[in-house]
Amino acid sequence: MDALDRRIINELQGGFPVCEYPYREVAGRLGSTESELITRIGCMLDDGLLTRFGPMYHAENMGGALSLCAIRVPHDRFETVTEMVNAHPEVAHNYQRDHDMNMWFVLATETPAALQAAIDSIEAQTGLSVFNLPKLEEFYVGLHFTV
Amino acid sequence: MTTASQEFLHESLPELDRRIVLATQTGLPLDARPYHWLASELGVTPALIMERFNAMLADGRIRRIGVVPNHYRLGYVANGMSVWDVPDEVIHAVGREVGELDFVSHCYHRPRQLPDWPYNLFAMVHGHSREEVARQVEQIAALLGDRQRRHDILFSSRILKKTGLRLGG
Repeated sequence: MDALDRRIINELQGGFPVCEYPYREVAGRLGSTESELITRIGCMLDDGLLTRFGPMYHAENMGGALSLCAIRVPHDRFETVTEMVNAHPEVAHNYQRDHDMNMWFVLATETPAALQAAIDSIEAQTGLSVFNLPKLEEFYVGLHFTV
Repeated sequence: MTTASQEFLHESLPELDRRIVLATQTGLPLDARPYHWLASELGVTPALIMERFNAMLADGRIRRIGVVPNHYRLGYVANGMSVWDVPDEVIHAVGREVGELDFVSHCYHRPRQLPDWPYNLFAMVHGHSREEVARQVEQIAALLGDRQRRHDILFSSRILKKTGLRLGG
């Protein structure tokens, strides 16, 4: 990652324009060229420095349902329960965390009913309680990493 | 004057928006004219594609268009989910203050699940080490003073799954 890569990352955490030649417009702000910018973004995606480039969709505003769920999983069953939970396509991310409440996952579905159905299915398969913690209010989303 | 969407008679706008989402949920084309590229892929005019992006940005269905850096690769290897028990009367004000801190990436009010889970404010904190995250969480504690009853940090020890959000086809 060189100075131009850093400037690209910093610049593109803000808004990418909607116009005929958006890369050209951003390249102009960065003192670079359209083709250089496109190449750099592609390389950083291939290399894994960038997870994603494109529109960030807001699941609830799209009409879908999203929730953070937690399970207190007994240590000797952790791997089995992980497999059961991850097998559900509604599970978008799942993290192990160092806490008594040790499994935390995000469920994303197209409807609220499908979200509840996924929770019911996970509870039935694992025999464990799923704590459903949907957001009640969002205060902030989107860290700007200055690199 | 006709807008681009008035020229578009073959399917509903929600259906077109859905096709746009499906075509771009893995990313925007790395083509000099990405919206034109999508227009030709979806069989509509570039003006209509750009109008739909602007509409979805305006109504919040798209938060923004841009890059998501891999924070691990940028050196932010520690992430701690800080959780707080905040009196309901002040949670709105407290949440806004915490959300404004530059090391907090996500901040939400979520329901308690008593007696198992007493915390109602979640703030994700990123740092270069667990020690740095712990110091940042102490900064939040100092900011809140007696507006929090107790708090904890849950460090992630392993990513078990990460596919991102996907609409079904």
